[in-house]
Amino acid sequence: MLKDQILTETYTPPGRHREAGLTDEQVVDMYRKMVLARAIDERVWTLGRLGKVHFVLTSAGHEAAQVGAAFALRPGYDWILPYYRDMALVLTLGLSPYEIMANFLGRRDDPCSRGRQMPVHWSARRLNIVSGSSPVGTQVPHAAGIALACKLRREDRVTFVSFGEGATSTGDWHEGLNFAGIHQLPVIFFCENNGYAISVPFRKQVACDSVADRAAAYRMVGVVVDGMDPIATYAAVKAAAERARGGGGPTLIEARCYRFTPHSSADDDRTYRPREEVEAWRRRDPIVLFKNYLMASGLLNEDLDREIQAWARAEVDEATDRAEACPYPDISELYTHVYGS
Amino acid sequence: MPELTFREALRQALREEMLRDERVFLMGEDIGAYGGSYAVTRGLLEEFGEKRVKDTPIAEAAIVGLATGAAMGGLKPVAELMTINFSLLAADQIINHLAKIYYMFGGQFTAPAVIRTAAGWGQLGATHSQFLEVIYSHVPGLKVVMPSTPYDAKGLLKAAIRDPDPVLFIEHTLLYGIRGEVPDEEYLVPIGLADVKRPGRDVTIVAYARMVHVAMNAARELEAEGVDCEIVDLRTLRPLDIETVVESVKKTNHVVIVEEDWKSFGVGAEVAARIAEQAFDYLDAPVVRVGMLEVPMPYNRNLERHVVPDEADVLAAVRSVVGSRV
Ligand SMILES: Cc1ncc(C[n+]2csc(CCOP(=O)(O)OP(=O)(O)O)c2C)c(N)n1
Ligand SMILES: [Mg+2]
Repeated sequence: MLKDQILTETYTPPGRHREAGLTDEQVVDMYRKMVLARAIDERVWTLGRLGKVHFVLTSAGHEAAQVGAAFALRPGYDWILPYYRDMALVLTLGLSPYEIMANFLGRRDDPCSRGRQMPVHWSARRLNIVSGSSPVGTQVPHAAGIALACKLRREDRVTFVSFGEGATSTGDWHEGLNFAGIHQLPVIFFCENNGYAISVPFRKQVACDSVADRAAAYRMVGVVVDGMDPIATYAAVKAAAERARGGGGPTLIEARCYRFTPHSSADDDRTYRPREEVEAWRRRDPIVLFKNYLMASGLLNEDLDREIQAWARAEVDEATDRAEACPYPDISELYTHVYGS
Repeated sequence: MPELTFREALRQALREEMLRDERVFLMGEDIGAYGGSYAVTRGLLEEFGEKRVKDTPIAEAAIVGLATGAAMGGLKPVAELMTINFSLLAADQIINHLAKIYYMFGGQFTAPAVIRTAAGWGQLGATHSQFLEVIYSHVPGLKVVMPSTPYDAKGLLKAAIRDPDPVLFIEHTLLYGIRGEVPDEEYLVPIGLADVKRPGRDVTIVAYARMVHVAMNAARELEAEGVDCEIVDLRTLRPLDIETVVESVKKTNHVVIVEEDWKSFGVGAEVAARIAEQAFDYLDAPVVRVGMLEVPMPYNRNLERHVVPDEADVLAAVRSVVGSRV
């Protein structure tokens, strides 16, 4: 864990979202999305334990960062290049719980690849969500390239690309940021810094004190936000999007957060994360903190919360049942999409 | 003789060479406290400390570049690339640098680094399930090893660490758990020697890595049909021990080559070409290859099973070849 990790207990003062330009309805909707993402998350781990989902990798702990960011973007208009941890992001941008379940279950209705690519390589043409491949950081030059196309075509679309702090060690990451900085491209580089790349801690991954510091080398603004706070994250992404649209070039945002689960179902995090550290972060569960905030702001009460939780469970039940009933891709489709001609 | 898993045999090889030669050190992603993505280096950080077991950032080009530099600088690095898929990010360092240091510097510098990496599949999708050994076996200056048993894995890894040339050491992910006999006493398995894993009269099956086991299973079934298979395990792809293959072909006059990778431009193509050059007159039937279907590896289990070659494919190939026995 970083020494200077942001450790606020609540998001004070109540009503702060209005200053950030969010309506009361929007923040309650943010909360719904966070609760729904967590419900999907928990169900996917259960399906993993039952052997129904072969590979589990989810967002738990990152929901505030992802949902906050998604609210600052224009779904289907801006370009989005997420990474594998971004289920809550793509859910908020418009992938349905059913599509997400079909992806995890490798079914024919998997919107990303019809069951070809591994789960969590999110993509959807209708939402301008572009899939990466499995090597981390490789989507960063793509994002700079898309932003270049938008700039040359005089479109005011913003390109948003996300990654973990581990991915910021790769050559592709640095090369992509450098190009974006040289050409002052309309792109938002969004780092979800959870302190670990699988087992490797931040101090063995990144030579400087924060990922945001790296922005200086590439002529762009670098900011650190509390990734456990959806309003702060929203405000940072919103400001970056406005900067991009106004010709002010790229921004590197570092959202500090924590993953609550092992890296994936192939990982046992007890070998490298002390339990006290995990527990300390769990006490800052963004869903609990945001609930407290909404209650303090007079926008949520226990009844409404129970209603939201029940709605999320029902959504997940329905999505799971439907996805489990969806057939696997047929062997006759094996060669479809190897070539376009 | 004690039985070890493939993984344990590799760990023993690393440990013994680290004890034997203090220049040997390990580097790679998640190899320290975590013990490696496939648990090969488990316990070695505790035993040898951070100086000799180094976690690296996610930077494959740098991992191989650092290993190359450290080797030139007088150390014996054993670098781990989490999977061979990520080796593509280091392909320049491997192919343009590591493989050519000795030649480009007229023999003044050597870079005796070992790059260990894992290749395999198991619902990991198109960019996590590739083999790619062919790409590296294409390159003069590199040695490429891909063992099938715990015994060979240990002996070859020790030989690789002592080898004066750079070695790419490829471990099949689906073999890490298999068990096999590994003697207590010290031994090496020389790089560049194939091994007859099963002697037989009627047909030569050339295979390597996991496909050796698939071929063995097929051979047991074929025995019941009265077909006696000889299985040649290549073990090293470069330098390729074609002599052992040719000797076998001269005896059996029939060949099936089994690889787990795409067949196009592959190991099977190379072996078949050399058989045509060196043993054409001994063939009683065309050479047949078994390999993976020519698609990116799909995630979905049904599709994946369909794509990867299995015992049934080997049986069919052998039957087709010996069916034309004269
Ligand atoms: C180039 C490359 N090397 C190694 C890996 C294996 N790998 C997958 S995820 C991961 C950790 C990435 O950590 P980070 O970027 O911090 O994201 P997080 O999972 O923590 O959200 C690693 C090393 C990979 N996918 N790509
Ligand atoms: Mg991380």
